Amino acid sequence: MMQEGLDDGPDFLSEEDRGPRAVNVDLQTDATLQVDISDALSERDKVKFTVHTKSTLPNFKQNEFSVVRQHEEFIWLHDSFVENEDYAGFIIPPAPPRPDFDASREKLQKLGEGEGSMTKEEFTKMKQELEAEYLAIFKKTVAMHEVFLCRVAAHPVLRKDLNFHVFLEYNQDLSVRGKNKKEKLEDFFKNVVKSADGVIVAGVKDVDDFFEHEKTFLLEYHNRVKDASIKSDRMIRSHKSAADDINRIASTLYTLGTQDSTDVCKFFLKVSELFEKTRKIEARVAADEDLKLADLLKYYLRESQAAKDLLYRRGRALVDYENANKALDKARAKNKDVLQAETTQQVCCQKFEKISESAKQELIDFKTRRVAAFRKNLVELAELELKHAKGNLQLLQSCLAVLKGDT
Amino acid sequence: MTAWEPPDSRRRSLHGYHCQAKMAEEREPPPLGDVGQADFVEVEDGEDLFVSTVTTIEQLSPTTPEPSCLPAEDISTNSNGPKQEILLDDDQEDLFAEATEEVSLDSPEREPILSDGPSPAITPVTPTVIITPRAEASMFDRSLDEDEDTEENGDTFDMQITVSDPEKVGDGMNAYMAYKVTTKTSLNLFSRNEFSVKRRFSDFLGLHSKLASKYMHIGYIVPPAPEKSIVGMTKVKVGKEDLSSAEFVEKRRSALQRYLTRTVTHPALLKDPDVIQFLENTELPRAVSTQALSGAGILRMVNKAAEAVNKMTIKMNESDAWFEEKQQQFENLDIQLRKLHASVESLVCHRKELSVNTASFAKSAAMLGNSEDHTALSRALSQLAEVEEKIDQLHQEQAYADFYLFSELLGDYVRLIAAVKGVFDQRMKTWSKWQDAQLLLQRKREAETKLQYANKPDKLQQAKDEIKEWETKVQQGERDFEQISKNIRQEVGRFEKQRVKDFKVVIIKYLESLVHTQQQLIKYWEAFLPEAKAIA
Repeated sequence: MMQEGLDDGPDFLSEEDRGPRAVNVDLQTDATLQVDISDALSERDKVKFTVHTKSTLPNFKQNEFSVVRQHEEFIWLHDSFVENEDYAGFIIPPAPPRPDFDASREKLQKLGEGEGSMTKEEFTKMKQELEAEYLAIFKKTVAMHEVFLCRVAAHPVLRKDLNFHVFLEYNQDLSVRGKNKKEKLEDFFKNVVKSADGVIVAGVKDVDDFFEHEKTFLLEYHNRVKDASIKSDRMIRSHKSAADDINRIASTLYTLGTQDSTDVCKFFLKVSELFEKTRKIEARVAADEDLKLADLLKYYLRESQAAKDLLYRRGRALVDYENANKALDKARAKNKDVLQAETTQQVCCQKFEKISESAKQELIDFKTRRVAAFRKNLVELAELELKHAKGNLQLLQSCLAVLKGDT
Repeated sequence: MTAWEPPDSRRRSLHGYHCQAKMAEEREPPPLGDVGQADFVEVEDGEDLFVSTVTTIEQLSPTTPEPSCLPAEDISTNSNGPKQEILLDDDQEDLFAEATEEVSLDSPEREPILSDGPSPAITPVTPTVIITPRAEASMFDRSLDEDEDTEENGDTFDMQITVSDPEKVGDGMNAYMAYKVTTKTSLNLFSRNEFSVKRRFSDFLGLHSKLASKYMHIGYIVPPAPEKSIVGMTKVKVGKEDLSSAEFVEKRRSALQRYLTRTVTHPALLKDPDVIQFLENTELPRAVSTQALSGAGILRMVNKAAEAVNKMTIKMNESDAWFEEKQQQFENLDIQLRKLHASVESLVCHRKELSVNTASFAKSAAMLGNSEDHTALSRALSQLAEVEEKIDQLHQEQAYADFYLFSELLGDYVRLIAAVKGVFDQRMKTWSKWQDAQLLLQRKREAETKLQYANKPDKLQQAKDEIKEWETKVQQGERDFEQISKNIRQEVGRFEKQRVKDFKVVIIKYLESLVHTQQQLIKYWEAFLPEAKAIA
């Protein structure tokens, strides 16, 4: 009696256009290369993504094809970009986060264990909600993996990368295993060294105003995005908790309504019905805020880190270049190993200039993308909030009208 | 011989009790610094008796003896308004205008900051706790006496009680809160049409105690007084003028008002001289027997335990299905109301949390907007921060509505139902007494027959006298039982009517508060949308 189907089904992303689900990035998709994730399958401990490509490029054997990929293979691709010296001057699209269904699975399991202690209706309701939550997380992880691929496909140089083509086309398992313990440890130390180095490199004042400004800006921006991301997560969690409470209130009101023999039973039943609907809306509000706000912030947290990495690489190259200059001067003064010093210096110079050139454009593009993404998401956020508030209002007012008419 | 050695605190309080008994007639304000006054010992019923509050005295240094007045809005003006339908859409603007003004969210000084770029002047939002919940509470308070209740004899019930102006009197652990009780009425029972008195919490408890002892055993449902709270009061006494103690005082003030209103709504209780005296008399003898650790308090607890045991042993032959049915109904109602109350309390908690987290996010968004170097986006982010700040206020107000309208009502009814159950228990006791009398009469008669053959004329006469005595007692017992049964039927009928009314009124008010919140949300987001679209 309660389900009058608001937006039935937890199809959270259905409101977006079914086209490229690049919610956080404003990309020009052109016909030469279009990538998307057409399907996904969630198994016990892994997710299988079906990567679908449409391309007119001659590199590929066919114009349209699909392969199945797992999360580790995405990471492999990302890492191969990072390790590629030629790409040092680009903002490497951030890797998608690992699909994490642990929390959701745990909850479903707990629900199964507690099945005996609740009524059938309560159990079914909770099961539905948890399944909806699971589905939402699932959709999110699909979207994030897709965004990564779309970013690569949209990048003029990265889209031509050989590994990328293999990733898209090779229909066998790439046999990319996850890093073993030793490699993970190596990574850890590498990171420690890198961050220490990063501090030194960042301390070097840049001659170029543009980069100096970008350095300061990105550092502050990255930290603040991180903070905003954490706070928005907390806010959304409270919202969900409140919606859960309203759910319980609705159930108890229903019981009260059925038990009561007086006039007020009608009130209880009507309000119970109302709360069932409003809490669905509240849950939607939380979910939409999650998508439009929290995810946006998380994404730009990762992207700003990638931009910082780019600046670091450039800074490193600058330091190397300056050191090479000093070495060359020394060599010339001593008149020893001059040729070698000259070659080194030339190499460093070239590397530095190559990075600087592309870095500038990359950072400008980053800003453009960021502004566009924020605009799109903030507008959609406001529109959704309005839609839900109006929906809530309408439900509340019609219920009130009925109740007031009764008294 | 006592099995335990009472700690010093108890001895001192008992001593203090004796002192006060003498002082009762004089009714002086409690002398400052007299540790003999043990009126701070207010423990929750059933709590550990030996929570030693003496240690707290020793640990605390006495505050400067200045009875401080908490900022209090004059409630009386709000509640005495014409009894019209409360349309939250319009009235709300006035009630909440103060709240929003305090926070100056809409103040024009904000605007120039956005386009410049220097650090945002987001002043931490100081929630005006004192004002907002009052507004909500007063809306609820009105509900109880707003609709005119037609009495059986045709008179319209015209009486309004407000509890206001909590004022701290005294200092340190001897301090207490004095509340102003204002009565406005046209009933002939009272000598004037409008009058006020000052009362303290223990006075209310004393009133309830008297009424309960007078009327519960004949089946009247006496509204329960608000609960004691040692933690809350200690904070206030210590002089902590922070948010939580202000909230505590407001919660208590509101509860006291509802308590009095319910009491006078009961036709018999209204006419009770103790009630009239409570409302009218400037001076009232100190209700000392309400202290938990006093002699009377201990006695009460012992009695309660004994009653609980008795209840289990009395097995009544219920001849009247109505009573059985009603008892079951109230049992079910009790369970569901408790469950609902718990859920609503959880909602209040989460909404407060949401408010805090939203405020925190708003600040963070403002910082982000500040560091954003694209001007239009920066402005939009600052706008977002402002919207979220307003929304956090909204959540806080809604949390107060959740609490004062919904949660407190449920709490009140959980306690009221306990009183109803108590009345049913009294009926059982009355029945039991009647049965016992019958049994005893039977025995006396048997004794008499025995004596008739024993030829002891004087004892025989005594036996006959006793039989007469017990016959009257049996008759009285039967009459009492019938009377209490009749009263309970009446009371339950009245109670149910009141319950239906209360819930209907509160539910509507609560939904109206939700409507208001949504309307405000729409307003805020509609204002923001063009700003977001303007990002170029």
